[in-house]
Amino acid sequence: MKAIVTVIGKDRVGIIAGVSQELARLNINILDVSQTIMNDYFTMIMMCDIGKTRESFNAIQENLNRTGETLGVKITIQREDIFTAMHKL
Amino acid sequence: MDKSQIIETLQMIEEEKLDIRTITLGISLLDCADENGVRARQKIYEKISRVAEKLVATGDAIENEFGIPIVNKRVSVTPISLVAGASRDNDYFAFAQTLDRAAKTVGVDFIGGFSALVQKGYSRGDAILIDSIPQALAETDIVCASVNIASTRAGINMDAVRHMGQIIKATANKTADRHGFGCAKLVVFANAVEDNPFMAGAFHGVGEADCVINVGVSGPGVVQRAIEKLPDASFDVIAETIKKTAFKITRMGQLVGKEASERLGVPFGIVDLSLAPTPAVGDSVAHILERLGLDNVGTHGTTAALALLNDAVKKGGIMACNHVGGLSGAFIPVSEDAEMIAAVNAGKLNLAKLEAMTAICSVGLDMIAVPGDTSAETIAAIIADEAAIGVINGKTTAVRIIPASGMKIGDTVEFGGLLGSAPIMAVETGSSSRFIARGGRIPAPIHSFRN
Repeated sequence: MKAIVTVIGKDRVGIIAGVSQELARLNINILDVSQTIMNDYFTMIMMCDIGKTRESFNAIQENLNRTGETLGVKITIQREDIFTAMHKL
Repeated sequence: MDKSQIIETLQMIEEEKLDIRTITLGISLLDCADENGVRARQKIYEKISRVAEKLVATGDAIENEFGIPIVNKRVSVTPISLVAGASRDNDYFAFAQTLDRAAKTVGVDFIGGFSALVQKGYSRGDAILIDSIPQALAETDIVCASVNIASTRAGINMDAVRHMGQIIKATANKTADRHGFGCAKLVVFANAVEDNPFMAGAFHGVGEADCVINVGVSGPGVVQRAIEKLPDASFDVIAETIKKTAFKITRMGQLVGKEASERLGVPFGIVDLSLAPTPAVGDSVAHILERLGLDNVGTHGTTAALALLNDAVKKGGIMACNHVGGLSGAFIPVSEDAEMIAAVNAGKLNLAKLEAMTAICSVGLDMIAVPGDTSAETIAAIIADEAAIGVINGKTTAVRIIPASGMKIGDTVEFGGLLGSAPIMAVETGSSSRFIARGGRIPAPIHSFRN
């Protein structure tokens, strides 16, 4: 199952490293990454495969929340279906 | 992975307040009928708490995984007059208490179906149910009531219209300490639909399956934002833009409904395509109309603007989901829409214009507060006018009107939450009491010579 991870917050050293490390720890594979800085704000969208993790969706979100707090950014994870449902026939 | 599409969806949810307004689980209670009222209520409680047990948890899980808010989880049931009618009880208040208790046990926000369908006449159960409404709404918390008093095929039951005028007054009096709040949970319908997921008018029709999931979407903010980008566009472009936006919004409803249906093992009924506003800033249907070029909702051009919006939302939404149903149209509740409230307060939107607006969109005079001393006959006549619009045009119309006890024009009654706050609106002063006193039935209309 694929999911989209979105990371938004004030830019600083180590955001990509911190998020990737946490995803790796949860056994979540990153399939695609897009990242920019807009007005000092760090914005990253990642497509991930959550099929191999043993954690529940809630637990993943909770772990990412903690990582987000440490890094000072907001991390959300959503199943990919919501985006495909809206934009693809 | 298309970044711009992902950002668009996130913006809709975060900034434009796109949400799923409700997942409503319809439950048939026909198999709970019993000649012993106590036993019937036991069966009702048992069935609702069993069937809807996982509804709230499932809704929360879907909300979490997809990242789209699901504002309400609700239950609708078979009109209680049909179920309770089998019993020998002479008062159905206890049935309302059972619904309230069952709904609280499963944790839903509202339960609808304390209802009767009397467009042509009353059965014994219908009469008892309607007479039980004031106490039911005053002494329960989350039970909603509705009564269908007219249909295109049956005409308008004017005895029921008169009766409902009295019931609305009685409900307001019983909840006078809350300025007639009970009336916010009571809808009087013409051409009521059987699969409506929205409150207060939801009930589970007898033609429906045993249980079914219906979904109501929202998203006026998304449509408003799309139109804002086109300040000078022609109506051709506007209609196309609304259609595309409605498609995207409705796809969310389809996705959430399908997912809920699979997880609960309950068939997926319909998506209701209504644009439902909330009192929050940026979540207003009236604001969309103003963005189309009107100084304020209620001015000349409002009806045409609403007609365009309503039609384009349906056209866009219909292709986005398997089955469309419910009310499916733009809602124009006064108290639940910040711009409607502002227009009434500024003296620029009155009942006459609202009535015209209801002729071309769902669902009727909704969440209108009028002075507390408005007579039962005047309220009945307002219901009759709305029913006439619905019956002649072959559409659903409804009246949810609150005679706000102790209040007069210039006052505002606060309901709180999604129900918002309603400025007291003026009603006509000429009496309709001799008209209402006639009783009987206004015959069903002819369907040729449509002018």
